[in-house]
Amino acid sequence: MPITKALETHIDHISILDEHGSFDEKLGKDLIPDEDLLKLYQHMVVCRKLDEIAFKLQRSGRMGTFPQNMGQEATSLGAAYMLEDTDWMVTCYRENCGLFWRGLPMEKILQHWMGDERGNQIDRKHYCTPIAVPIGTQMLHATGLAWGAKYRGESQIACTFFGDGATSEGDFHEAMNFAANLDIPVIFFCQNNQWAISVPTSIQCSAPTVAQRGMAYGVECLQCDGNDIFAVAWCMKKAIESARDHNRPIFIEAVTYRLGDHTTADDARRYRDDEEVALWQSRDPLKRMRAFLEAKGMWNDAQQTELDEHAEATVTAAVERAEGIETPSRDDIFNWTFADIPEQIAKQRDTMRTTSLGQDPSQIASEQATTKA
Amino acid sequence: MANLTLVQAINLALVQEMEKDERVMILGEDVGLNGGVFRVTEGLFNRFGGDRVIDTPLAESGIIGTSIGLAMSGQRPVPEIQFEGFLGPAYDQICSHAARMRTRTRSAFTVPMTIRVPVGGGIHAPELHSDSPEAIYAHQPGLKVVMPASPYDAKGLLISAIRDPDPVIFFEPKRIYRAFREEVPEDEYTVPIGKARTVCEGEELTIVSWGASVVQCMQAIERSNDSIELIDLRTIYPIDMDAIEASVKKTGRCVIVHEAPRTSGFGAEIATQIMERCFLHLEAPVQRVAGFDTIMPYYKLETEYLPDADRIEKAINEIRAY
Repeated sequence: MPITKALETHIDHISILDEHGSFDEKLGKDLIPDEDLLKLYQHMVVCRKLDEIAFKLQRSGRMGTFPQNMGQEATSLGAAYMLEDTDWMVTCYRENCGLFWRGLPMEKILQHWMGDERGNQIDRKHYCTPIAVPIGTQMLHATGLAWGAKYRGESQIACTFFGDGATSEGDFHEAMNFAANLDIPVIFFCQNNQWAISVPTSIQCSAPTVAQRGMAYGVECLQCDGNDIFAVAWCMKKAIESARDHNRPIFIEAVTYRLGDHTTADDARRYRDDEEVALWQSRDPLKRMRAFLEAKGMWNDAQQTELDEHAEATVTAAVERAEGIETPSRDDIFNWTFADIPEQIAKQRDTMRTTSLGQDPSQIASEQATTKA
Repeated sequence: MANLTLVQAINLALVQEMEKDERVMILGEDVGLNGGVFRVTEGLFNRFGGDRVIDTPLAESGIIGTSIGLAMSGQRPVPEIQFEGFLGPAYDQICSHAARMRTRTRSAFTVPMTIRVPVGGGIHAPELHSDSPEAIYAHQPGLKVVMPASPYDAKGLLISAIRDPDPVIFFEPKRIYRAFREEVPEDEYTVPIGKARTVCEGEELTIVSWGASVVQCMQAIERSNDSIELIDLRTIYPIDMDAIEASVKKTGRCVIVHEAPRTSGFGAEIATQIMERCFLHLEAPVQRVAGFDTIMPYYKLETEYLPDADRIEKAINEIRAY
C-alpha cells in the first residue's frame, strides 16, 4: 500500500501593520475605527508610563517586585478591545493594558504588587480574574468559567493569557484538551515574548511555531504579530466567532517581545544581547502605532506632549491612591481563610501576640510562667 | 429510612443535592455511564444527563482546575478524584488556587467545591490506591477536610460539604464502602462540618479516630473490659477539639488511632492540643496507634500496616496500666 498523508495542515501568520509602517488595507479594513485607534494608543502610553513609574517605586523601596509589561501592550489590549465587556479575561501578569481597558482601576494592580491582597479584590463587573502567579494554572480556570457560562446557556466566553513558557506546563495541555473535547468556548492567547525569565522559547518548544501545539488537540491555531494591534484584533475577531458561535476553542500565538526585565528582581542583561533588544525596540507597538497615526494625520507632537503629561498625571494619581490605602489591621490576616472563621483560627487571632498561640486565654501558660518567675 | 451502605448513602446525597440545586455538577474519570470505579455515581448519568455528570479527559489537575473555574463562575462542582493516590497531579490546583482564592481576593472570588476522594487501605488494591493523605490537606490553610465513618454521617456530611461556601476535601474510606449497612433517612439532613461524634461513652479512656479505623477501634472496645469512650472525628479540619478535651478531661487517658503514617500524622496535632488543654488531667502519656513511616506496602502486607484491634488493644492496656 502506498504511504498516504494522515494529516496535512498549515498555520496562518497574520500581520497587518508592520514595523515599517506598511498597512494591509484588505485585512485591516473596518477592523478598528479611527476614533478607537486614538483611545487604544492613549491606553498603551498610560500603561507604559506605569511601567516606568512602578520601576522607580520599586527601586526606591516604595513597592515590592513588579513585572513590567513594556513591549507587550498591543496583545492584551487588542484582545480586550475585541471581547465583550462581559467575557472573562483570565490573565497572568503581563496584561495590564487589557485590564485597564476593562476599567480595572490602576491602583488595584499597584496594590497587588505593594503586598496587599485587596488589590485582587476585583469587582465582578470587570469580569477579570485576579493575577495568576503560578505559571499556566489559570488556563484551567478560564476553561471552567467558560464551561459554567455554557452550562447556564449564557453567551459569555473566556479568553486566557499566558506566555510561551506556560505552554510547557501540564495545565496548558490539560486545559486545551478539556476545552477541545468538551466544546468549551475559550480563547487561548499565548503571548510569545521570547523569554521565560532567562530561558528562550527554543527550550520550551522546538517546533517552528508555538501555535501548532494547539493542533494536537484539534483546535484551530493562528499566529500573529503581537506588536501589531490590527493583527491581534483580526485574530480575536475570528476567535470570538469560533468560541461564541460554535463553542470551539482557538489558540492564538501572538509573537511579541518582553522589552523589560522579567520583573524588577531580574537583570536581563545577564542572558540576552543588546542587538536582540535593539531589534525588538524597533518593533515596539507604541512606536508603530504613533507612526501610523501620524502618517494618517491623526497625531502630532503637541498631542503627544499632552498625552505624556496625561499619562504621568494618571499614574501619579493612581500611585497616590494606592499608597494612601491604609494597611489593614493585623486581625485581617485571620478574616478571609473561610467564609466563617473556625473557632481555632479565632483563638489564634485572639492570642497572636502571646506565647500560647491558639489556646484558651484561661490556659495561657505564659501568664503562669510569668507569675512563677 | 433505608438500610444503606456508605456508597449508597453518598449516592443518595448526590441525587438529592443535584435535584435540589441545578448548580451541582459531577465531573471526573469514569463517573458517567460507568458510575465511577466504586459505583458511587451509579445511575446519575442517566438521571441527570451528560451535561451534569461529565466524563472528563484523564487529567486530575484538569478536573480540579476546571472545577475551580466552574465554582468561580457560580456552579457547585463535585469533582471526583478516582483514588487518593492520584491527588498528586491536582495538588497545585488544590493548594495554589482553591485553598487561597478567598483569601487572596478578599472574598471577591470563592471556590465552593467538594472534592470526593476514596481513601485508605484494606481492599487489596494495587499500589497508590491505599494511602491516607488527610494530614497533608489539613495542613493547607483554606481547606476543610472531612472523612465520614458511617453511612448516616456520609450522607449528612456530603450534603453539608456541597452547600459549604469553601472548598472541602471529602475523603471516603473505601474499606467501609460496603462493609456494613446503617439506617439512613430518605429525607435530606445535614451533619455539620467541624463536629465530632461520640460513638460510645466511657469513663476510663478516650479513643480518638476517624475513617475506616473507627471499625477497628470498636472491635478493640468490644474486647476490653474497660469503660472506653470512642470519638469519631468526622471532620479533620476544622477539628472539634472541644469534644476531645471534654472527653479526655473526664477519662484522663487517650489513644489516637489513624491509618496514616505516624510522624506528622494528624494524631500529632491532636496529642499536642491535648497536652495544651488537658495537661493537668492526664493520667498517662497520649498514645498513638498509626501506620508506619514507610510507603504503604503492597497488599500482601497491608494488614500488617493498618492499625488493627490487636494493636489498639495493646495501647489501651499499656496506658491503663501506666
